[in-house]
Amino acid sequence: MERTKIDLWVGIFVALGAAALLGLAMKVGNLTSNTIGETYHVSAAFENIGGLKPNAPVKSAGVVVGRVAEIGFDPKTYEAIVTIKIDKRYEFPKDTFANIYTAGLLGEQYVGLEAGGEDDVLKSGDKITQTQDAIVLEKMISQFLYSKASETEADKGAEATSPAASKEGKSTELGDAPF
Amino acid sequence: MINLIINKISRLLSGIGHRMIARIWRLGAGARLFMLAIIYSGESFKRFHLTLREIYFTGVMSLLIIIVSAFFVGMVLALQGYNTLQKYGSSEAIGVLVALALVRELGPVVTALLFAGRAGTAITAEIGLMKTTEQLSAMEMMAVNPIARVVAPRFWAGVISMPILASLFSMVGVLGGYLVAVPLIGVDEGAFWSQMQANVDVRADIINGVIKSVVFGVACTMIALFEGFDAPPTAEGVSHATTRTVVISSLTVLGLDFVLTSFMLVV
Repeated sequence: MERTKIDLWVGIFVALGAAALLGLAMKVGNLTSNTIGETYHVSAAFENIGGLKPNAPVKSAGVVVGRVAEIGFDPKTYEAIVTIKIDKRYEFPKDTFANIYTAGLLGEQYVGLEAGGEDDVLKSGDKITQTQDAIVLEKMISQFLYSKASETEADKGAEATSPAASKEGKSTELGDAPF
Repeated sequence: MINLIINKISRLLSGIGHRMIARIWRLGAGARLFMLAIIYSGESFKRFHLTLREIYFTGVMSLLIIIVSAFFVGMVLALQGYNTLQKYGSSEAIGVLVALALVRELGPVVTALLFAGRAGTAITAEIGLMKTTEQLSAMEMMAVNPIARVVAPRFWAGVISMPILASLFSMVGVLGGYLVAVPLIGVDEGAFWSQMQANVDVRADIINGVIKSVVFGVACTMIALFEGFDAPPTAEGVSHATTRTVVISSLTVLGLDFVLTSFMLVV
């Protein structure tokens, strides 16, 4: 008599636990949204992939159409080979453009596909030839500084030829800048 | 004078050594009990009602404390998280914060701490008293192996109950966080759930949390069982053993948590 009551309670307990785990997987986790159907693999070479990671989303027009399957390194060309898997339902032309974008200012990085105009479509094992690297913030800043520095160098060259203009040059903000 | 100092130092050193040896002896005995419990666990599955009864006492009876504390932990996480996140204009990320904190850490750890206090002490006191009143010896006299009859069912009950309790804790905590974030504070409901789903990974976060809780279940139950088995058969001995169960279980859980987390994040 006592035993059946305990059985019932333990049954409720285990059912609650299973329901909680299922709820975690479905409602909290991404079990449902993570599953893409059948996929085909396409590779693309990038000079710099920044912080791209395996399983990062592949988006086209903002819609997730696949995921990054694998990231490798080609020791001959010194390029990163990114293999992406794309949902079979979506076909892209051969001249599709692959970019690496950043979600938000400092967010995660993802691969963006911009469809081209060709009639032939990408098949499994094909290679995307047109790629654009990830934007590396440090690189951009150093390029900016470099271009500023060359500007001021040019100013100084102009100053040397015409001493009358040099005083005007000094008075500009850029002339006093440390770069 | 010098003799006296040398005497004192040597007594101090021998005291430390004595304690160390006692600890190591207890560790070895605990490991042996663990092995014995696994070897003799066949009976706890053959006569499953023994284990069921223990699941009832350790798991089902802990439901109330787990659910209520999970609810409040989730609510306070949402409040605190919102307070900081809205300074950075990303209050929608509150769902991610609550879910990740619960699933990865707070679910398994707080459940294990509560379990040690709620069920571990009960196990220790019960077995300690069984030993004090010579019930264990009586079983041996009747050719009943007390490890198969008493220890193994309790061990498996703890190991089964802990992941169930931990996943309940996480789920109820997320619901508590939802209750504070969405109806009370007014975070957008869609953003709350979708950001959570985008950032909580089933394998890396949820399954790892379950693995953690299984390990904590083994550790907490084993410590409670061993302390009860090892308790001196006096009222004072049982009370000390019960205290030690809580202290050692809590420290072990927190230490193990660090080790497991470092493994999971690196691998």
